[in-house]
Amino acid sequence: MSASQPAAVPTSATPTHGAIVIENVLLLGERAAHIVLDNGTIALVRDADTPLTDAEIPAGAARIDGTGLVALPGLVDLHTHLREPGREDAETIESGSRSASRGGFVAIHAMANTTPTADTAGVVEQVWSRGREIGLVDVYPVGAVTVGLKGEQLSEMGAMAMSKARVRVFSDDGKCVHDPVVMRRALEYVKTFDGVVAQHSQDPRLTEGSQMHEGVVSAELGLTGWPAVAEESIVARDILLAKHVGSRVHVCHVSTAGSVKILRWAKEQGINVTAEAMPHHLLLTDENVRGYDPLFKVNPPLRTQEDVDAVREGLADGTIDIVATDHAPHSDEDKDCEWGAAAMGMIGLETALGIVQKVMVDTGRMTWADVAYRMSYLPARIGRVEGTHGLGIEEGVAANITLVDPNAAWTVKASATASRSNNSPFGGIELPGRAVATILRGRPTYLDSRFEGLFA
Amino acid sequence: MKHLLSTNDLSRAQAIRILDTAEQMAATQDREIRKLPTLRGKTIVNLFFEDSTRTRISFEAAAKRLSADVINFSAKGSSVSKGESLKDTALTLQAMGADAVVIRHWASGAAYRLAESGWMHGSVLNAGDGTHQHPTQALLDAFTMRKHLIGAQEGPGAHMQTPTGNDLTGLTVGLVGDVLHSRVARSNVSLLTTLGAKVVLVSPPTLVPVGIESWPVEVVHGLDEALDRFDIDALMMLRVQRERMSGGGSSFFPSAQEYTRLFGLDGDRMRRLPGHAIVMHPGPMNRGLEITAEAADSERSVIVEQVSNGVAVRMAALYLLLAGEEDAQ
Amino acid sequence: MTGTILSAPDISRALTRIAHEILERNGGADRLVLLGIPTRGLPLAHRLAERIAEVESSFDATARCGSLDITMYRDDLAKHPTRNIGATKLPTVGIDDAVVVLVDDVFHTGRTIRAALDAVKDEGRPQSVQLAVLVDRGHRELPIRADFVGKNIPTARSERVHVRLTETDGEDAVLLSDGGLRDGSTTGGTA
Repeated sequence: MSASQPAAVPTSATPTHGAIVIENVLLLGERAAHIVLDNGTIALVRDADTPLTDAEIPAGAARIDGTGLVALPGLVDLHTHLREPGREDAETIESGSRSASRGGFVAIHAMANTTPTADTAGVVEQVWSRGREIGLVDVYPVGAVTVGLKGEQLSEMGAMAMSKARVRVFSDDGKCVHDPVVMRRALEYVKTFDGVVAQHSQDPRLTEGSQMHEGVVSAELGLTGWPAVAEESIVARDILLAKHVGSRVHVCHVSTAGSVKILRWAKEQGINVTAEAMPHHLLLTDENVRGYDPLFKVNPPLRTQEDVDAVREGLADGTIDIVATDHAPHSDEDKDCEWGAAAMGMIGLETALGIVQKVMVDTGRMTWADVAYRMSYLPARIGRVEGTHGLGIEEGVAANITLVDPNAAWTVKASATASRSNNSPFGGIELPGRAVATILRGRPTYLDSRFEGLFA
Repeated sequence: MKHLLSTNDLSRAQAIRILDTAEQMAATQDREIRKLPTLRGKTIVNLFFEDSTRTRISFEAAAKRLSADVINFSAKGSSVSKGESLKDTALTLQAMGADAVVIRHWASGAAYRLAESGWMHGSVLNAGDGTHQHPTQALLDAFTMRKHLIGAQEGPGAHMQTPTGNDLTGLTVGLVGDVLHSRVARSNVSLLTTLGAKVVLVSPPTLVPVGIESWPVEVVHGLDEALDRFDIDALMMLRVQRERMSGGGSSFFPSAQEYTRLFGLDGDRMRRLPGHAIVMHPGPMNRGLEITAEAADSERSVIVEQVSNGVAVRMAALYLLLAGEEDAQ
Repeated sequence: MTGTILSAPDISRALTRIAHEILERNGGADRLVLLGIPTRGLPLAHRLAERIAEVESSFDATARCGSLDITMYRDDLAKHPTRNIGATKLPTVGIDDAVVVLVDDVFHTGRTIRAALDAVKDEGRPQSVQLAVLVDRGHRELPIRADFVGKNIPTARSERVHVRLTETDGEDAVLLSDGGLRDGSTTGGTA
């Protein structure tokens, strides 16, 4: 694997802040440590058996008492929808960045289904520049696999890869690259620049007019079903294609037990496939659809408890590599209506970590170190940004850190979000913890109110 | 009862109460003066997002016979173009002071959204939402079955020679046709089961929903087999849409002719029913497709009567939703 | 505090007297029909019909007695939980050109009878309508009077009259109480 050139690291503007010292924090939730951040890098990490000496603390450093907090490497989301350009009424790169930093993310990958589609170097550079300009989160644009997401003709992926945005992840997400020949070509082509095709697995013919998971609940509710096999058949096909042409493939939002089984088999065979799961597929089922509230309408749909259990297990044992959010903002008009007319998708940047903690960490299925792996290191690797992100908390690397308070229980309020949209299905749910500080290259991009006054 | 959205929400007692009330309403329809003053001063809006002259007229007649004021609101808005939003329409109706809204909509769950969203405060009566439910149709079907098939010799109404207070225990009811897309089927299955009847669904495998295993019904894939295996007391023919029969690659059936051969009700099949059995259809009929003229016009057919029973049942539903104290239900 | 106003024999004697009064007032049973208002007006109507038949052999008690439910004509529906609708079954001879005697158990505000008159009007066109009640407890709110009364009982507004009949309650008695009895017998609320 060729060493990818590190992406042009945006140099921070003249820092208006100084060094940061985090004391007595639980490093990856495992052992108490002191961390010193200076000049945008991690200057010191050591056990907290003794307090920091004056020599170890840079002049003018802000001191954070990390007692009870967990330090994770900055979180990376491989699957976000920022809606800009085109649907700025639902979200902008700025509001999306803000929401991401509140959720503990330092890097996000912005999907290509904007208007215009991100299928040229021009559009991806526009998104990348805007993200840099705002500077709250590193925005990595995802390039479309096919022109206009039509699934017919490959887009100029090379041009996008070589642009300033240095695109490495390509996806028609929202739609499936369903033509097997087009998918094969795409898988072959991205090898040119070590890119990856991230597939939204959904056979369009089997899901015409689909509204929710096809099963006992859909039979009763009279909503057209979205059968699990429409996802599984594409997952299986793409895995075999990737094997055949010697490429790697990434499976977006795995939602069925069958998909998990197929992935497990593929990995046993040594096939180069990675997969992601969304927080809502870890927590909600098709039973939630019974009230016909479009906040629960999403693609792929909420499935059965059996599927949820399998996805949890898959995430725990690594069959599913990462957690991604599929943050999908929609304006009120697109959700405050009858089910059949509503748009699909949920926002999720600010609730992802809390849900993962509730479902996976607090139940003992995963440790915080596992969370670091699945929400920072691995997504960065898959997105080929591991020169800048997912580097862990080690001396010498960029200071990208997320501090989590695992004991700050909070009740989700759908409208209390930095996102421009409020379509969260988790309103009223209690989550056990959340990110309280997000630091990007040594600069705090989000601080919980408890740190007020700590920074000039 | 604040809303009538689904027969799934009705207990046995509630269902019987509606049928018994409908009986009294039907009695008034035999008088010379068919009008009652009961809902005078109430405003009922017929909110139809889907064309349906027959159902709308039935509800209009029911409301007017109870002296309510009726407003007909035909909203444009198909599944392709959203048109005027349901929410805006609801807010308008609330401003107009609608006490009840009878809604027919192409989206499953639309009636629930109208009732639960808080956009309006009145009662909501589901007149058919997508492929989900059509409760008054199932109720008028049950009313018709009870009238013809349940003896008036026993039960609370015996002294007056009516089936008042009785349910449908002991009956076997066959529903024939497209169950997958049928709100009439869904409403009937849950109501008939609540009232103690045995339900047999006769449908090709392509027109039965995945998940049917959890329904308390028997499923048979041919009308001849159904007639052989069961003594059917009431045979309800569901309307079949021609477009689904041969719409190219994704059609649910090879051809209309084959459907009729395997599932159509003709005179021969009708004569294999028990002597007392009745033939039903929610209408409108595709004569020659799911039912022949001979069967539709035979003595066993109660199809025309279903229509007048519909008015009585809808009068009962409107009465039970609107006549009493607002919060006491 | 509850007291018995009418015992079973009292009720029986009152009904016999009313039956005779009806015949006397109308000069016989010609064109006479009885309509009982459910719930308890109905058995009372049947009992009156039987007594009339005992005196006038040509009077067919079954054919000339019916029930008239007035729920759908009430003016106070919105003030109570939804009421069940009782059965309306006219006498087989019909009511057109007949002398209709409405029968109810307790006569109070007069609103029930007003509703009954509206109901009768929609069912047909009788020659005349008369009213027979077992108990008149006063406090009329409308200008309606009874033609035949079993017993006049002056009551305070807060008091409740409870009529029990064998056909519906297992025994014959009329009781007066300060509040309501919980046994479901008539409380003579708004008749």
